[in-house]
Amino acid sequence: MKKKISKGFILEIAFIIASYVLLTILMKSGMLNRQYTALIVPVGVNIMLAVSLNLVTGFLGELSLGHACFMSIGAYTGALISTSMELPSYAEFFLALIAGGVMAAVFGFLIGVPVLRLHGDYLAIVTLAFGEIVKSVLNALPFTNGSKGLSKIPMYSNYQHYTLVFILVILTIVIITNLVKSRHGRAICSLRDNYIASESIGIPVSRFKVLAFVIGAFFAGIAGVVYAHNVGIIKPTTFDYNKSIEILVIVVLGGMGSIKGSIIAAVILTVLPEMLRGADDYRMLLYSIVLIVMMLFNNSEVKERLLEMNLFKRHQKEVD
Amino acid sequence: MLTNIIEQLLNGLRTGSIYALIALGYTMVYGIAKMINFAHGDIIMVGAYALYVAIINMQLPAIPAVLLTCVTCAVLGVVIEKVAYKPLRKAPPLAVLITAIGVSYFLQSASLLIFGATPIPFKSIINVPAVKLGSVTVSGLTIVTLIVTTVCMIALTLFINKTKAGSAMRAVSEDKGAASLMGINVNRTISMTFAIGSFLAAVAGILYICQYQSLRPTLGALPGIKAFVAAVLGGIGSVPGAMIGGILLGIIESISKAYISTELADAIVFGVLVVVLLVKPSGLMGKNSTEKV
Amino acid sequence: MALLEVNGLGISFGGLRAVDDFTINIEKGMLYGLIGPNGAGKTTVFNMLTGVYRPNNGTIKLDGENLVGKSPAQICQTGVARTFQNIRLFKKMTVLDNVKVALHNETKYSLWTSMFRLPGYFKKEKEMDQRALDILAVFGLEGQAQVMASNLPYGQQRKLEIARALATNPKLLLLDEPAAGMNPNETAELMETIKLVRDKFDVTILLIEHDMKLVAGICEYLTVLNFGTELASGTPDVVLHDPAVVTAYLGE
Repeated sequence: MKKKISKGFILEIAFIIASYVLLTILMKSGMLNRQYTALIVPVGVNIMLAVSLNLVTGFLGELSLGHACFMSIGAYTGALISTSMELPSYAEFFLALIAGGVMAAVFGFLIGVPVLRLHGDYLAIVTLAFGEIVKSVLNALPFTNGSKGLSKIPMYSNYQHYTLVFILVILTIVIITNLVKSRHGRAICSLRDNYIASESIGIPVSRFKVLAFVIGAFFAGIAGVVYAHNVGIIKPTTFDYNKSIEILVIVVLGGMGSIKGSIIAAVILTVLPEMLRGADDYRMLLYSIVLIVMMLFNNSEVKERLLEMNLFKRHQKEVD
Repeated sequence: MLTNIIEQLLNGLRTGSIYALIALGYTMVYGIAKMINFAHGDIIMVGAYALYVAIINMQLPAIPAVLLTCVTCAVLGVVIEKVAYKPLRKAPPLAVLITAIGVSYFLQSASLLIFGATPIPFKSIINVPAVKLGSVTVSGLTIVTLIVTTVCMIALTLFINKTKAGSAMRAVSEDKGAASLMGINVNRTISMTFAIGSFLAAVAGILYICQYQSLRPTLGALPGIKAFVAAVLGGIGSVPGAMIGGILLGIIESISKAYISTELADAIVFGVLVVVLLVKPSGLMGKNSTEKV
Repeated sequence: MALLEVNGLGISFGGLRAVDDFTINIEKGMLYGLIGPNGAGKTTVFNMLTGVYRPNNGTIKLDGENLVGKSPAQICQTGVARTFQNIRLFKKMTVLDNVKVALHNETKYSLWTSMFRLPGYFKKEKEMDQRALDILAVFGLEGQAQVMASNLPYGQQRKLEIARALATNPKLLLLDEPAAGMNPNETAELMETIKLVRDKFDVTILLIEHDMKLVAGICEYLTVLNFGTELASGTPDVVLHDPAVVTAYLGE
């Protein structure tokens, strides 16, 4: 059994290195045109957002419609730091990342604690409400520059710094995957499956509910910082509930509680609209149809049949 | 000062009753299908465009145009349910939610394709003169809006409580399985709920467009989300809750816009929702449900 | 001093007095049965003992420590574990993980160790795996360790719930109708397992059943509950021949 674990570990490392090498080749060889190189960082940002939301929605089992709010806290905190300080760029960006993440985590705590009593749809609507509150406060505060937002943010994490973004994405994935497969992660998953039983075996329910919110928010904040330093301009409207829903769609399509699924769905759903750009006017229409059809397919009998056939095949192989 | 406050209250009442009409759709669908119909806000938008087509392109007089709009939306609501939600009745709630979001995107992008992104100006079809009560002026639109919503709400309440179809609806929302064992056609009841909800959304859409007089493919998003908040505020699943929640929300919004800050009005509205839910986790009129151990 | 001392316990829901003046003392190492017809208030007693409901009056003491007012999680940590009448497993987790969650307060490592897989992680996880497999082995479930809990057959789900409760290392184990829905063979086997558990894990057991025959077979002491009040208490022989008990069960 031990051998199996280490084998998997080596495979994972190999996969990470391979994907970095592939990315470098794609970036340096000019195989990707500008349209696609510009997508590298957004893909990374969406992976971070989806994986961190999956912790709250997939593993804790609470629907959050306010993930973009944490992203905005991170983005604004990071941007305020890097536009107002006069430090060497790497130090400034590092500081921005930490501050953005921590600030978002603080908000995760502030939102996580009051919603402890709530479940399901009610919790979802409160997270949405918090998101909208933060958005309108950002709109009204003087130092966030209202609806015009912040601009001239240094491009510390644009496509030229793809290595840095790659490292951040991998760190996010590794930390959340590790967490999920630990005693803390198991406690979080147990809340999703049956919180009354969790209480009965001595799990401090409130603490873990808040913990999942805080950690999810932290990484969403980091993603926000990366986003801000990729596009250079941020506005409150960028982070409205449509953005939260966009992230949620990635998580649900990738599969609740599947980190691999979140990663794959984040890549596809970021690149897909761009690929549909040829169809221009029909882009959003096609996207919405794809979305509906995928959801219908995911929950249809056809898929169950296919899965059964697949299992059957595997079983056959084992017999042979 | 007093005049001003009364006028603001009337404004709030007008917007609030539009929210209430939309919230009724959310709450009824939630009660019966246990799903948040995210595409409900876009039915308002479809209603607004349908009215535009009926009046401008088809040159219909106001009343047939309004009827046509309402029927179009009701049919659309039923079709959406049949195509997108019905196959997912046994699926996890989140799958249904995402599908509803997909439907919402679909309606928005379809109207973007047909009508374009530039806002289309549209003249109100309500031409009732304003009334002066003492020093307070009540606009014709406000009067019509209040009358129409009151009529809709009374009709809906009577329908739900006094008719056979209405009690079928209540039965299905209590327990689908038991209702179908009692010989109630669950599918037809659900379709009917969507039809009524969308009909009310169309009415709300017409009133809304007469107020804002400009058509955009995304016009349903904002009233949609506000009405959703109103439905939750009142206790989602509760019909009187949706009415109260909607009106309350409209008044809070209009008062905060007038006396506190236009920018922070949304924050205040959502803040009230958060506070209400923290004190009463199932909304003002919602039933408290605790899991039995 | 008895391990569990419950005195004058009572609770009302609305106007209904669900349990009234309930008193029991359970000595360490005992296998105690709480029986009574449906709706007698047995599960309500369990819910008060485990902090799900807060009693309106009365005291609960475990090893002299007061339990009233503590949260379910705190009560578990003082040494009371339970199973549920309607099975409550972590359905989307494996059988092994179901037991490992319950080791949460037994084997600890920090959040940082979790997130960064610091050296302690592998050692502690291995310890937990071993402990969990040992417990599963008692119930013959070690072969199913990697199976999703929801895919277990019903009888094994009931056993897994007991295994999970035992993993919290309780002093007192509360079993809520452990044999519900089982056929006579399975029931007989389960009863043997319960006896074995008591000896192997050095735990005191209070169990709810309404199958009298079964309870009489393994319990050393019984309390009969009817309409929320105690009807009779004593050894099975005495209690089962008590005319009041016979009437409550069979009617006039």
